[in-house]
Amino acid sequence: MSLQTPLAQARGLGSSKNGTEHWIVQRITAVLLLPLTLWFIYFACTLVGAEYAAVRSAVAQPWCAALLAAFLIIVLYHAQLGLQVVIEDYLHVRWLELSALIAVKFIAFFGSIVVLLALARVALGA
Amino acid sequence: MAQFRLPENSRISGGKHHPGKGGKDVRRFKIYRWEPDAGNNPSMDTFDVDLADCGPMVLDALIKIKSEVDATLTFRRSCREGICGSCAMNIDGSNSLACTKAIADVKGEVKIYPLPHMPVVKDLVPDLTHFYAQHASIKPWIRTQSAPPPDTERLQSKEDRSKLDGLYECILCACCSTSCPSYWWNGDRYLGPAILLQAYRWIIDSRDEAAGERLDDLEDPFKLYRCHTIMNCTKSCPKGLNPALAIAEIKKLMVARRGL
Repeated sequence: MSLQTPLAQARGLGSSKNGTEHWIVQRITAVLLLPLTLWFIYFACTLVGAEYAAVRSAVAQPWCAALLAAFLIIVLYHAQLGLQVVIEDYLHVRWLELSALIAVKFIAFFGSIVVLLALARVALGA
Repeated sequence: MAQFRLPENSRISGGKHHPGKGGKDVRRFKIYRWEPDAGNNPSMDTFDVDLADCGPMVLDALIKIKSEVDATLTFRRSCREGICGSCAMNIDGSNSLACTKAIADVKGEVKIYPLPHMPVVKDLVPDLTHFYAQHASIKPWIRTQSAPPPDTERLQSKEDRSKLDGLYECILCACCSTSCPSYWWNGDRYLGPAILLQAYRWIIDSRDEAAGERLDDLEDPFKLYRCHTIMNCTKSCPKGLNPALAIAEIKKLMVARRGL
């Protein structure tokens, strides 16, 4: 039982003065993903049934590699923003919430590095 | 995890049946009952009411049941015309005011529960202490720095006054907030649609001089940004208001004052 007033509980620790940037970036990445996803679907369709070497040289074209990098990194960034909200909504055990948030952010960050390295190897012909 | 299942002592079991005296147009009402002093789990009591001998609204049936069948049935009501917000409850699966909800609009059994996900005081009476405290927390009164004009009220153009239409009508019945899943899972911190609509009502009031401070107080991942535009609030509002739009306008102002 708490003898705190209801107003003190409602005010809690006050406003953290953030959240707007998260909201804006989530929407900007969503808008960017509309054309990028369409392009990716088109690109993937052109490669259906192609040989490994043909796919590799298609991906290695500078514009394709750049668009692919942009698409995958924005997907990962957008996904971690969205998952952050899901975790904050539903995970109410503090240590679990924090671990899940850090895990999701790290996986997205690590995924981005993997994407960049893989594309660099293909595009620069390592 | 957010708690999705009701706690053990809140699960509904059993209930009494009050068959009534029959009649021409009998309708079955199933009503949530919980008596805090009895130590039992909540139950659903069944009342058969002759609509030929009853007013048209759900509240009329509740009053008839209370005065003729079971005087212990507990619910809040006052104005019986949708202006006080006391008789907000969950009727036929959605939140509304019992006094403005017609029995004829419900098909089959009329199921009545208290507002969802609130602590229950007794039967259909929810504990709205936290909801009211959240309303107080946004300082729902005019805040100014300029001294009032010496010989008039603080004036407002007709155009500015019209910006309050669709907001001032809110009666704080809590139908919207208690229909919002985000408010269910995070109501301790999320202010919910009703309170955010009230906050917006003061932010855009041309006579108020504290819009910046008000936005400062709302800018928070939990207080404001738990709104995921689920729109249950707008769907359930018995006054036909649009809290979701008011929240969207607050979010737009947050962007407007900072740029990308």
